Amino acid sequence: MSPSRRITITASALLVMCLTASVLLLRQIDRERTGTTLEEVLYISSPTLLKRMSLGYDGLLADIYWTRAVQYFGDKLTRGSEHFDLLAPLLEITTTLDPHLLVAYEYGANFLAPKFPEGAGQPLRAIKLAEFGIRNNPNQWHLYYDLGFIYYFDLEDYAKAEKAFADGAKLPRTHQIMPIMAAKMAEHVGNIQTARLMWVTTLQTTLDPNVKANAVAHLNALQVDEDVTTLERLTSHYREKTGHLPQSFADLEAANLLRGIPTDPLGHTYKLMPDGRVEVRVPDDLPFIEKGTPIGYIPPRTPKLPPVN
Amino acid sequence: MSGRIVHIASNTFREAVRDRVLYNLIAFALLMSGAAILVGQISIGIERLVVINLGLTAVSLFGIVIAIFIGIGLVSKEIDKKTLYTVLSRPVRRWEFIVGKFFGLAGTLVVNAFFMALGVFAALLYVSRHFQASDGWVLVALYFIILQFLIITALALLFSSFSSPLLSAVFAFALFVIGTFAEDLRGFAGLTKGIVRWLATGAAYLVPNFSALNVISSVAHEQPVAGQLILSNTAYALVYAGMALCGAVLIFERRNLK
Repeated sequence: MSPSRRITITASALLVMCLTASVLLLRQIDRERTGTTLEEVLYISSPTLLKRMSLGYDGLLADIYWTRAVQYFGDKLTRGSEHFDLLAPLLEITTTLDPHLLVAYEYGANFLAPKFPEGAGQPLRAIKLAEFGIRNNPNQWHLYYDLGFIYYFDLEDYAKAEKAFADGAKLPRTHQIMPIMAAKMAEHVGNIQTARLMWVTTLQTTLDPNVKANAVAHLNALQVDEDVTTLERLTSHYREKTGHLPQSFADLEAANLLRGIPTDPLGHTYKLMPDGRVEVRVPDDLPFIEKGTPIGYIPPRTPKLPPVN
Repeated sequence: MSGRIVHIASNTFREAVRDRVLYNLIAFALLMSGAAILVGQISIGIERLVVINLGLTAVSLFGIVIAIFIGIGLVSKEIDKKTLYTVLSRPVRRWEFIVGKFFGLAGTLVVNAFFMALGVFAALLYVSRHFQASDGWVLVALYFIILQFLIITALALLFSSFSSPLLSAVFAFALFVIGTFAEDLRGFAGLTKGIVRWLATGAAYLVPNFSALNVISSVAHEQPVAGQLILSNTAYALVYAGMALCGAVLIFERRNLK
């Protein structure tokens, strides 16, 4: 073997060894550092300064910050952390860099507003974000819808929800649901039908599969809540009539109170418990339900959303 | 354009290709294909936006770096290698040499931008599955980026006609950064009074206005670009590049090459 070839082989082998060693060492270093050191840092917190520093390439920087916000929220949600300290600043930076990035307002508000574990539980920051979006994109009815949605679901402020829907209804290009929602808010109709109307509208107006899955999960949950309420009322009625609780749904059917064995939106039959309560068979498959869960049930950290075609 | 200018321009283009300048297209192709495939998996709802923003930003930044680092060496390299004397000993005027160099580098950048544009549209087709009418505005943004290249190339030539390559690079890059703040500078001038106002206003109009030539974010959001702006920007870039080129010619004509 010539000296030149020997050097080539030795140098190549050393290069591969050093590369492997550096990767292994970096993995070791990552394990030694705390998660906080790695994540909870926003080196530049001023959106205006970042916009200046972008040298006009603010669109790309906004996309990077939006991706960072999505990753931050997803990671926190998966870990079950209740602290989302950087989420609102990341979204504010994103939307200042690109005030027309509609996806950041629509998803961002939905990340911020709902209570944990569905969201960050920061409805006021979500409202601030949605209002900033409306100021910069005044003709987008969807942003008014999102604002009304937060006021209705998360703050139960019907007057402000009504104003948001009514403002959105006045736009030249709006959705037919907007004046209907404004009227419902004016009546202070905070019932299941109103909630169902809003989720159906969300389902029909979005193209995003994740939003569709979330809307379907909420519609399923509303159906379960309504079914369980009705079935438990029928059970009470049966008890009043006969003096004892039914053993099964067949008893209710025999008493002409029910037609057939009731099933949940996923097709599983409901369970009638000995104490007269009604439960779903697989509560993990029905996130967001408020009724029909076993006593002491703790929902999974990350809601299991249904597949949507 | 005289035949001599065409010869100098074509030689400048060939030299840039021989210097492997177009190798940046490989990095660009990797960047675009990586972005097109990965972004959908790590973000939400911005696949198309990222392809346009990243693609046009890369076209712009790659081109500006090439314009500065090739542009600053166009004159000094010829002097260092003594090839300038061979060229000027022939019936070639100094201004023809400068103008030829300008068109050569501008041509290189246009060819480079053309191939990158093909990459941007291929990635766009990959993420959107089809083209739409608003994608035409991406071509306008690309055109504005080429106008930026003309200005930067002329400035790099201007600085290289009297300064060392290192200082020329610093001057050209500094002017690019200041040019992106041109509108802020004008706003600042409006807040001052007296002689400071005159000086600040003069400086604001003297530096190139790159912010008007950047419509990347707008076209990414499918917002149209006004025809009047296209005309005005074209005229402005040609006038500004012409001004810098005239400065380079004036300095180079008087430069002692002995």
